[in-house]
Amino acid sequence: MRNVDKIQGVHKMQIDGTEVTFSDGETILEVAQRHQKDIPTLCYDPRLEPFGGCRLCIVELEGARNPVASCTTQATSDMVIRTSTDSIEAYRRTLLDMVISENREVDVHPLRGYVSNELASLRDKYEIYSSNINGTTSGRSKADDNPFILRDYDLCISCYRCVRVCAEQEGDHAINVMNRGFHTQITTEFDGLLKDSACTFCGQCIQTCPTGALADKKALRAADTVPETQIDKTRTVCPYCGVGCSVDILTHDEKIIGIHPAMDGPANQGALCVKGQFAYDFVQHPDRLKVPLVRGDDGKLHETSWDDALDTAAAGFQNVHAKHGKYSVYGIASGRAPSEAAYLMQKFIRAGFGTNYIDNCSRA
Amino acid sequence: MSNPLVDMQKPDVIFCIGTNMTECHPVAATGLKKAIARGAKLIVADPRRIGLADLSHLYLPLRVGSDTALLLGMAHVIAREGLVDEEFIKHRTTGYDDFFEHIGRWTPEWAETITGVPAKDIETAAIWYGIADKGAIYYTLGITEHICGVENVQSLCNLALMTGHVGREGTGINPMRGQNNIQGAGDSGALPNNYPGFQSVTDPENQQKFKVAYGKEIDLEKGITKVTALELCGDSIHAMLIDGENTLISDPDREHCEHALRSLEHLVVIDIFLTETAELADVVLPAAAWGETDGVCTNTERRVQRMRAAVQPIGQARPDWWIISEIAKRLDFNGFDYDSPKPIFNELCSLSPIYAGLDWDRIDIGVTDEFNNQWPVPNRDHPGTPRLHEGTFVNGKGIFSNVHYRDPAETISEDFPVWLTTGRRLQSYHTRTQTGRAEGIDYFLPEESLEVNPADLEKWKLTDGEWCRMHSARGSIHIKVKATNRSPRGTVFASFSFGDVPVNLLTGSGYDPVTHTAELKVCPVKLEPL
Ligand code: SF4
Ligand code: SF4
Ligand code: FES
Repeated sequence: MRNVDKIQGVHKMQIDGTEVTFSDGETILEVAQRHQKDIPTLCYDPRLEPFGGCRLCIVELEGARNPVASCTTQATSDMVIRTSTDSIEAYRRTLLDMVISENREVDVHPLRGYVSNELASLRDKYEIYSSNINGTTSGRSKADDNPFILRDYDLCISCYRCVRVCAEQEGDHAINVMNRGFHTQITTEFDGLLKDSACTFCGQCIQTCPTGALADKKALRAADTVPETQIDKTRTVCPYCGVGCSVDILTHDEKIIGIHPAMDGPANQGALCVKGQFAYDFVQHPDRLKVPLVRGDDGKLHETSWDDALDTAAAGFQNVHAKHGKYSVYGIASGRAPSEAAYLMQKFIRAGFGTNYIDNCSRA
Repeated sequence: MSNPLVDMQKPDVIFCIGTNMTECHPVAATGLKKAIARGAKLIVADPRRIGLADLSHLYLPLRVGSDTALLLGMAHVIAREGLVDEEFIKHRTTGYDDFFEHIGRWTPEWAETITGVPAKDIETAAIWYGIADKGAIYYTLGITEHICGVENVQSLCNLALMTGHVGREGTGINPMRGQNNIQGAGDSGALPNNYPGFQSVTDPENQQKFKVAYGKEIDLEKGITKVTALELCGDSIHAMLIDGENTLISDPDREHCEHALRSLEHLVVIDIFLTETAELADVVLPAAAWGETDGVCTNTERRVQRMRAAVQPIGQARPDWWIISEIAKRLDFNGFDYDSPKPIFNELCSLSPIYAGLDWDRIDIGVTDEFNNQWPVPNRDHPGTPRLHEGTFVNGKGIFSNVHYRDPAETISEDFPVWLTTGRRLQSYHTRTQTGRAEGIDYFLPEESLEVNPADLEKWKLTDGEWCRMHSARGSIHIKVKATNRSPRGTVFASFSFGDVPVNLLTGSGYDPVTHTAELKVCPVKLEPL
């Protein structure tokens, strides 16, 4: 993450007629965003090094001949900035028009990825619904039989966010840019399948793509049945390893349909791995235990009611306790259930039997 | 972990030992990759040429189970070269003089004879770590899953104490925890030696506190570990309540384990799937899964976070806390009248000094400008503790341990001439009850295989892609051979994630006598073609 070791020096500059303060190392965009200025961006991801590719974030800098890209220009003392003059807005509209004209479609299902509607929102903001520009699409989609990542490069606008997130955040360099201009193409080494590259299927490229060119194939399975506006999000922590990445579970009508990383997750700052991103469907898998089971006289497990199962469970402990004493009962808590479960497991043993015959599963 | 995850980007020298981090904790590994991109040096010690080794500047391919020897050799060099932090040693530690004496004989040349790592590489590693301004150690089960797990960890502490690489940004001794709430399970007191908050059960004051809280006289004596309990099944242990653990697949020596659970008079398993372990139970209770239940969990950097329900539990499944309380109530145990997880967590906070400043509502809000949700949080005004041991250690001074190297419980012999070591893989998780049921994962990981160095194939008459039989002193299994340079000559690797290739039938030769962690990492085997 950038901005971590910023030196504490406070300076002043002017944005749209208001005097604002900033600290060393901030870019014009960062200062403006802190002061609620809505500067459009496309190639910008706050977690990545500034790139300056799309030019949409240009602003007028007094004294400079040409507008400057606010995402790559450091703020300096006494700068006078205008973020939204007529000529700047006209320039941005033309740029957007060109970008849009190069794409097969702009309206994509939000299940494609975390910010897959970024381009569409800008289109709406600038009301670019008909165009005189006849663009050539810059990428060609890549057939890739992997189950997670759709590589629909017809929608690629060459912002290189995927390439940069892969290199800077995931540290993998699985994908790169081939050719330039209209023939730009995001590709893996030797133009092959992702699975034969260094890709770990962490999904971070999907979640930073502003057009849905890289998309969550698994989540898209629900695209036909889930209306775009009816996706609920619940913030939680990944069920797998001890890193504790924050995620949002996407649901619709009591069904889990996908995962988004939490960009502000304290342990992961938007990063996930293949398990956290894609391995969520165990929850609603048909193999789940749905009903309590009790072993019958025939030696087999049979479905039963909660009352019966709990009575049987309790009676068994009671019998063993009566017959063999308190040191005959043992509890093993889970490393995956919430802490309340582990706490009650130890309370069950300590408050119930008065022993310390309790452990968790960390020893194996 | 002594230090927060963000610190992973900050060391000058990173020493990773016994951690396959790129596969087991991928997001944490990205922090290290950033440090390396910034110019940090990475030292990796691991018997296998794991992915992390490819990123390293110095790779130490030590023989399985020889970690203590390597670390003693490194301590020797740090002392010999005068790279110790004398101020730190003077003010923050005790026992250095004895330790200095102790390591005099454990030269890197000696360590080479045990570990197989060239003495000069051991020297380089020691010098890099010793010279660093910020040196950080990361480890996982590769250090602890040995009969000498405690000595291994103590050896790492020795290195950090000698060099003062602790209690500062970008330093520390950092174990990475394997399951999303394994830290929380320990915090919550699911341990035979500690009440919640790591309060010792042998301290009469703690006992008194919990006697009052629970209205029950509790033993002033440690309980037994799970490992011992499994050994005593049928003898003195006759009933078990197991919450969500596939003991049978994850524990070493599966046959022993299955036998143990079968000999119980009463086994109750709470789980989300009918696991191999649940199939042995007398009562199986369907738990609400992740995504279906509210609660709190703690990550590897002691960060206490909320888990939230996004959907209703499937079928009749119920949250773990409800199930446990219902059994307790039927046994007339006091204090199990809960209507939600909130009062349970708040009760835990009220009894645990490290959680004393926390409660459900605070965890629900999460990190703020004034508050970091990392324990210890001893009171309401405390800002949270991203970094442990700043200024002082909890127990006063850091103690040097005069550890000795010991051979693994079993070493290779004429009958079992090959070292088997086990672990996990990126796309699967533990015993695969979860990842095995996630669509698409099979694309990457259709089946388990035994990783063998290509140069060893001929010697053992094996063929890449063909099946072989692998024996240990405890049993034998069939497994497919995969030739790869990740395995060194004479050592093979398999993960224990697949029920149909039950690698843990073979392992289980011994346990750490103190922590009772199983020696899953080392097992001598014999291989033959099928
Ligand atoms: S999934 Fe991750 S590793 Fe693969 S290309 Fe995308 S960012 Fe890179
Ligand atoms: S997303 Fe991956 S790295 Fe993050 S907590 Fe889950 S399993 Fe661990
Ligand atoms: S957002 Fe600044 S150039 Fe693209």
